[in-house]
Amino acid sequence: MSYRTPENLEALTNAQDRILKLFVNLDYVHVAPEIIQPAEVFLSQSGEAMRQRTYVFTDHLGLELCLRPDVTIPACRIYLKRNPQADQLARYCYVGPAFRFQSEDAGPGQPREFEQAGVELLMRDDKEAAEAEVLALGISAIETAGIRDFTIKFGDLSLFADLIDGFDMPERWRDRLKHQFWRHAALDDLLVQLAGTKTTSDGLYDQTLVNQLRDCDQTNAIDIVDTYLAQNNIPVVGRRSVGDIARRLLDHVADIEAKPLDENIVSTIKAYLAITDGPQQALAKIKAVANAADIDLSTALGAFERRLELFGQRKINLDRAVFSAQFGRNLEYYTGFVFQLEMPGQGIAGQLAGGGRYDNLLSGLGAPRPVPAVGCAIHLDRLLNCASGLKSS
Amino acid sequence: MNKKIIIALPSKGRLMEQASGLFEKAGIPIQRTGHSRGYFGQLTGFDDVEIRFLSASEIAHNLNSAEVHLGITGEDLLRETIHDADSRINIEKRLGFGPASVVVAVPESWLDVATMADLEEVSLEFLRNHARRLRVATKYINLTRQFFATRGVTGYQTVESSGATEGAPAAGTAEIIVDITSTGSTLSANNLKILSDGIILSSEAVLATTKSLDITREQSQVLRQIVGLL
Repeated sequence: MSYRTPENLEALTNAQDRILKLFVNLDYVHVAPEIIQPAEVFLSQSGEAMRQRTYVFTDHLGLELCLRPDVTIPACRIYLKRNPQADQLARYCYVGPAFRFQSEDAGPGQPREFEQAGVELLMRDDKEAAEAEVLALGISAIETAGIRDFTIKFGDLSLFADLIDGFDMPERWRDRLKHQFWRHAALDDLLVQLAGTKTTSDGLYDQTLVNQLRDCDQTNAIDIVDTYLAQNNIPVVGRRSVGDIARRLLDHVADIEAKPLDENIVSTIKAYLAITDGPQQALAKIKAVANAADIDLSTALGAFERRLELFGQRKINLDRAVFSAQFGRNLEYYTGFVFQLEMPGQGIAGQLAGGGRYDNLLSGLGAPRPVPAVGCAIHLDRLLNCASGLKSS
Repeated sequence: MNKKIIIALPSKGRLMEQASGLFEKAGIPIQRTGHSRGYFGQLTGFDDVEIRFLSASEIAHNLNSAEVHLGITGEDLLRETIHDADSRINIEKRLGFGPASVVVAVPESWLDVATMADLEEVSLEFLRNHARRLRVATKYINLTRQFFATRGVTGYQTVESSGATEGAPAAGTAEIIVDITSTGSTLSANNLKILSDGIILSSEAVLATTKSLDITREQSQVLRQIVGLL
């Protein structure tokens, strides 16, 4: 699994120095987050899929700890420690190891211990400018290794969110659609369901209870559920209140009575998600989809255009950029612009760097206010592997 | 090469009795060496075979590491313990005893949760209201992750439980559980219900052999002969 030889260990040290110097020269402050992190705070933000690949252990005091599987969250924790009010602009950079479990047959591009370099730009209010700054840094970093023929794949989660918000449907359906953005099959299933039977458990709840709840308000519903539980001797356990349960039962009743999701909405969502093209062509296609459905995406599209303009000013070559509507980088804390720098045709080993906007993460970690944030991480082992492949060929 | 073929049987309970009975019925009874509570034995007519009495979960671990060549244990433990079990072991025979299911169970008071899809929605709501994920108490961490992933349920975290898992929701250490049950009566006694699509695995005792190639051709033939007799 390890392909570090004495020669590429030296190359690794050189690359670390070079990239760190690049970041520091652009006023990024070098931080060194702890490798051992509390497991709980970490895993509650990244989800069980990440937990499955995280080395978790218990120390002699019984504390549940982990080896950091990524450096973004540890860097954000440093920010909150230094700045509990979360009100200062910060530019952080780091370089160091991260750890993820890999199965025995994982390729050489997936070592379980890998070197990561990266930046986090926090509290910069001009969002598109922050995104252009971070993307440009990511590109400069991989160019220091002599890599030129990479593609820039990018997406925008806020476009999808705004598209969904533009349609006429119950708020809870919107939440569910946005939540399933990262899971393509589940999203398709959900669209089928909302356009058809509408509920997840048609006929599986107690029908007498469901009928009693028709035309109820929340207070009445709580009473009815309370009585039902008392009559059937069911104690309330599991942290959810009777109010939580009643509210969802009311949603269920409302779902049964709501008109199904319009077929045109379903096909618009699918048409949007199918868009994969160069930036300008994609922009035109998104506009066409929005216009045909009479949805106002001007805010997100304005940001899209401005972003492209700023990319141009930073001399980012957009000829090798591809926008993909369904690209979301599989990490659920991203909220807007996301990108990945990759060598075409090389699979996971070719994914050299990636990042994006994660505006909700710091609140999740305890920040007292929303903190706009963009970051980028470079997978140094893949980068060097790729660079040495270029040299030898 | 004078390494013996190792056969492992459960060391106690009904599973031990039924496993021993299987060998007796096949005409190759097991004799314990040393005193009657000892942990080693021999197989009548097979001098190159060593019998070990181990806990059911140790048998799964030892089949995985190929320290045991043939073993009887629960399928649930094999699938939980061994990553990609079908690539490491063969299930030779399902034995029909020890039937039980690994299931997802939630509080009965959750009148609005009947399916895994409900659970996914509730986990989102829970994260919003409580600022942390729904906790699943289980000793089947791997089975839980695999099953939840295929059902698209993501907003949860597992809490390892080594015993009395069904008490976790009432004790407040988890909201829901994944556990093994044969009749479901322990679950309902603890005011829990099984989700309609929440059966992860219908398990029973199985006869399993290692796929490891670290065994001579003669030994492999002896192993085949024993499997054939059982």
